[in-house]
Amino acid sequence: MTGMHLSDELESLRKTVEEFAHEVVAPVIGDFYERDAFPYAIVAQMGEMGLFGLPFPEEHGGMGGDYFALCVALEELARVDSSVAITLEAAVSLGAMPIYRFGTAEQKAEWLPRMCAGEALGAFGLTEPGGGSDAGATLTTARLDGDDWVINGTKAFITNSGTDITGLVTVTAVTGRSEDGHKEISSIIVPSGTPGFTVSKKYSKVGWNASDTRELSFQDCRVPMANLLGERGRGYAQFLSILDEGRIAIAALAVGLAQGCVDESVRYAKERSAFGRPIGANQAISFKIADMELRAHTARLAYYDAADRMLRGEPFKKQAAIAKLYSSEIAVTNAREATQVHGGYGFMNEFPVARMWRDSKILEIGEGTSEVQRMLIARELGL
Amino acid sequence: MNIVVCVKQVPDTWSEKRLDPEDSTLDREATDPVMNEMDEYAVEEALRLQETHGGEVTILCMGPDSATQTVRKALSMGGDRAVHVVDDALHGSDAVATSLVLARAIETIDAVDLVLLGSESSDARMSVVPAMLAERLGRAQLTFAKEVTVDGPTVTIKRLTDDGYQVVEGTTPAVVSVVEKINEPRYPSFKGIMSAKKKPVQTYAVADLGIDPGEVGLSGAWTSVESFELAPPRESGRVVTDDGNGADRLAEKLVEFLASKKFV
Ligand SMILES: Cc1cc2nc3c(=O)[nH]c(=O)nc-3n(C[C@H](O)[C@H](O)[C@H](O)COP(=O)(O)OP(=O)(O)OC[C@H]3O[C@@H](n4cnc5c(N)ncnc54)[C@H](O)[C@@H]3O)c2cc1C
Repeated sequence: MTGMHLSDELESLRKTVEEFAHEVVAPVIGDFYERDAFPYAIVAQMGEMGLFGLPFPEEHGGMGGDYFALCVALEELARVDSSVAITLEAAVSLGAMPIYRFGTAEQKAEWLPRMCAGEALGAFGLTEPGGGSDAGATLTTARLDGDDWVINGTKAFITNSGTDITGLVTVTAVTGRSEDGHKEISSIIVPSGTPGFTVSKKYSKVGWNASDTRELSFQDCRVPMANLLGERGRGYAQFLSILDEGRIAIAALAVGLAQGCVDESVRYAKERSAFGRPIGANQAISFKIADMELRAHTARLAYYDAADRMLRGEPFKKQAAIAKLYSSEIAVTNAREATQVHGGYGFMNEFPVARMWRDSKILEIGEGTSEVQRMLIARELGL
Repeated sequence: MNIVVCVKQVPDTWSEKRLDPEDSTLDREATDPVMNEMDEYAVEEALRLQETHGGEVTILCMGPDSATQTVRKALSMGGDRAVHVVDDALHGSDAVATSLVLARAIETIDAVDLVLLGSESSDARMSVVPAMLAERLGRAQLTFAKEVTVDGPTVTIKRLTDDGYQVVEGTTPAVVSVVEKINEPRYPSFKGIMSAKKKPVQTYAVADLGIDPGEVGLSGAWTSVESFELAPPRESGRVVTDDGNGADRLAEKLVEFLASKKFV
């Protein structure tokens, strides 16, 4: 990335993912969505293209790109469909990234090559039925018993946690108390299929229906002591840093959805006629679409800026929160307006805009709600 | 086994095409350029053959500067190196000239066992370049392949026909043109995209290949476009209502129609 422009390589990547999204994802994804089914073949092809390894070095089986390359791919996927985009986002930025950042050499060697190839998906279990925004309120516990961690508790709404190719879930758990009585929170890797780790059936969701979201429960679930990820007691700080980055990725995904709304609306406004002319010939419609483009473009600049700062090693917490907050809110607005442009057809599930409308709302909730983003921005302003 | 794949940059199949009123050639500025789709299948087939038989895959492209994009794409899919013939004199070349340039360029490459290319380009759609190229190189031509197998010096293809396929055999060195049915082209990976930048691309002007610029381009073309017109919009059809004696009425209307056009 150089300033606000894509390098030749990133532009080639963008174009490749754009073609893939239109040729491979668009024709079939509506059907998966209707059936709440996970699109294994599409995910496998994304793996072959190296999308799951984008930000990781080649020594771990990655593509040697950076976090911004991941964002560019997410934006293009989400322009067509958010379920496949969130599957990639969660697998890379919540699943594999903590292993890459905090894992031991053994943990990296065991997991990263398969995760980079898209053969094993990773999940990140932070949220609990009792609360997500207040992440410090974690009730799940892990205690050492001999050479094992014994985990007890429940996690809610965990993306990628129950597919046939899910390899692991990293869970946050209370592993003790510090001397001043504070909870000590740590992250622990739980491989799929570990006895005592139960994956419940899928939630029935409003959107993201071709993505996998589950409730997880742990009953005296034992994993080796070596499955501790990073330092004991640093779990809270670790996931906060992971979430800071993740916000930029979610922003890219939201920009993709907002841009997809523009694409669909422009096409429809030219095709659909009323009162003897295309509906796009009315300024009430064309200005609506111009405003949608304005919002998508502005939001893109916000996430480019946050990513640029992050890659240059500068503080980016505030910019990431701004990008996530703004892009998710404008994604909801664009989806509502795009549905309006489509009239009654916009309310029909077979139209992509209906899917975008249903997929947009979660963007204001997941990986930190809009309220939480405002809290972060205000805190950065010293309030 | 060393393979050369010829790739052409064409206007996006879905974009609206227009001819330049100045010289009656395609206005390439007005459309998004992409790699000719059929050539993507040829690149894919070359890479698959390389996976089993080893050797080098060289991408060959004749086209303007902007066709570098298409060359890079083929390299990012996995081609090892490229030859790009760029020359203003080539503007407006017909199939005869194109086959000449491609043949001379292939002769600069060592030990070529197989030349692969798409069976037609989506802009010109003549399907003659593969045959002309084989003729110029004096090699076996195996066209419209929906399957290619190589066993030692023997190349066998399934040649797509209207009602099935024929099995055609030839000996290397050979020229093989492929159809879409042959495979499913891969999408380049990011690693492929990054490494494409570092792969060698040899550029040639027409004179470097020992060709007189007068033999190619608009001036060297054997045919010329005298004038062109937009196809008229289709007229709406005529409805014949069946009120019991539809067949007779249809026959009547048909005779009327044919007579009006002076066919009968
Ligand atoms: C489809 C889907 C996928 C998800 N994937 C994952 C995943 O992979 N991993 C994971 O760990 N989690 C995941 N989540 C959970 C998600 O991150 C949480 O839902 C989110 O963080 C909000 O937490 P909550 O639902 O508990 O809401 P709560 O925290 O209960 O919040 C409820 C409301 O109160 C507001 N609120 C809370 N505190 C304050 C405050 N101090 N000031 C002002 N307002 C406040 C919130 O903004 C919100 O509007 C997923 C959720 C969904 C729906």
